[in-house]
Amino acid sequence: MLKDITLGQYLPGTSPVHKLDPRVKLVLTVEFIVMLFCAKNMWAIGVGALFCIISFALSGVPASLMVKSLKPIVPLVLITSVLNLFFVRTGDVLWKWKVLQITTEGRDTALFMIARIVLLIIGSSLLTYTTSPIDLTDAIENLLSPLKKLKVPVHELAMMMTIALRFIPTLIEETDKIMNAQKARGSELDTGSFADKVRGMVPIFIPLFVSSFRRAEELATAMECRCYHGGEGRTRMKQLHTTYRDLIAAIYTTLFFGGIIALNVLIK
Amino acid sequence: MSIIKTEGLTYVYGEKTPFRKVALDNVSIEINEGEMIGLIGHTGSGKSTLIQHFNGLLKPTSGKVLVDGEDFFADKKKLREVRFKVGLVFQYPEYQLFEETVEKDIAYGPKNMGLDEDEIKRRVNEAAELVGLTKEQLLKSPFELSGGQKRRAAIAGVMAMEPKALILDEPASGLDPQGRDRIFDMLKKYHTEKRNTVIVVSHSMEDIAKFADRILVMNEGKVFCFDEPPKVFGRSREIEQIGLAVPQVTRVINKLCEMGYDLGDDVYTVGYAEKQILKKLNKVQI
Repeated sequence: MLKDITLGQYLPGTSPVHKLDPRVKLVLTVEFIVMLFCAKNMWAIGVGALFCIISFALSGVPASLMVKSLKPIVPLVLITSVLNLFFVRTGDVLWKWKVLQITTEGRDTALFMIARIVLLIIGSSLLTYTTSPIDLTDAIENLLSPLKKLKVPVHELAMMMTIALRFIPTLIEETDKIMNAQKARGSELDTGSFADKVRGMVPIFIPLFVSSFRRAEELATAMECRCYHGGEGRTRMKQLHTTYRDLIAAIYTTLFFGGIIALNVLIK
Repeated sequence: MSIIKTEGLTYVYGEKTPFRKVALDNVSIEINEGEMIGLIGHTGSGKSTLIQHFNGLLKPTSGKVLVDGEDFFADKKKLREVRFKVGLVFQYPEYQLFEETVEKDIAYGPKNMGLDEDEIKRRVNEAAELVGLTKEQLLKSPFELSGGQKRRAAIAGVMAMEPKALILDEPASGLDPQGRDRIFDMLKKYHTEKRNTVIVVSHSMEDIAKFADRILVMNEGKVFCFDEPPKVFGRSREIEQIGLAVPQVTRVINKLCEMGYDLGDDVYTVGYAEKQILKKLNKVQI
């Protein structure tokens, strides 16, 4: 039941995309997002789409997942396109009814926005499909490390993220246990009305909070016992390495970026 | 009359996934009203999975579970009723406490049953007395109690529902010897006073041997044996082979048997062992 929830969306694999250095992947994803925002016409967006399709094909992530990742943004896409469709008032009028009207430019902008949002989500979900959450936190810590000079506690933030990720499955299991225990005492969780279900949450959340605090305290003690003292002078077991693959990926992404800029200039 | 009965009960975890695992394999048992049952098995033998079928927390993949002769999975409304008939105390039940006071927490189950105030009060007091909680402790927050007290308060919470069958999963795990004895004494008292069915899950034969009418031994999802203690311990060597420890005194007697002193193969309490040894010694002397 609760165990069926997938943590993040990481799909383990050995594709060239999986093997990239997570830092490089993160930077290139940002580059891709910038690239999409630089694109000024449909042709340029088309290049962005091509980039997405090639990258997805290389990663071996099934296309069905690509579609699945779009589900949550359907309402956003709808709202943006409707707004653009009706509120852009320049261009030839295609259709008119009382105050509402659709123009050619409105139609084009709406399509353009949809394409941009969809590509944005597909591109960034590729990152989470091919990078484990732990790798991702490592990459963020590493990339943000210059901020240490500004006294930003980068290591501590990354450690907090790692711990949070690590404890999600544990807490899910714990919730499952507590739910069963309260069900055994007759609380209405799987039976009864909606109001009963909400009332049934209190006996679950209180024990869950109590045990989370207990776990946190135990973990803190355990870390201190092993002399954890923050990021200062700490080495890592898993070192991040950039290889020739990362160089190829960087060149490949930048070529597409160049393509988009060229199309921006050529087609007005 | 049987209170809980299973017929060809099979349960599979993660059907149609790579993690598929048969947790229960064709389990057919019958537990009678008023019996004290010890359920024992290695970690992963399916004992926890089995008891979660008794009150409908898990639904069998195939086979039937009958409580009071009724197949409660057939009717969704019956599901809740069954949870009041079969009280289940999980492992580390103290983690389920949530109310402001111990009293309110014990009353949670009876309240869910829709009983009236007076009846709830009577049941809370009776359960508290059974587990040995004082009036002052009832008014405290459950989080102020000691580990053993919390455990007993949580058990009282299920006892107060006055289930026809009370099932406890490892009720003494993580407690010191004194706390363990206290829990088992309490269960014995509950059983003699109420004459209700009690099922205790454990992986320690030592604890179970002392009080169970019958012992159900599970191994790899199957019933290894389900019989009275002398008969179960008559197979002590097989039991050791499946990775369960038999009581210390049984091991001593087995060793003595190997050395040529025939003391019988059904010894599992110190008292009986003493009698057998004295008998043997007298014979030798005569």
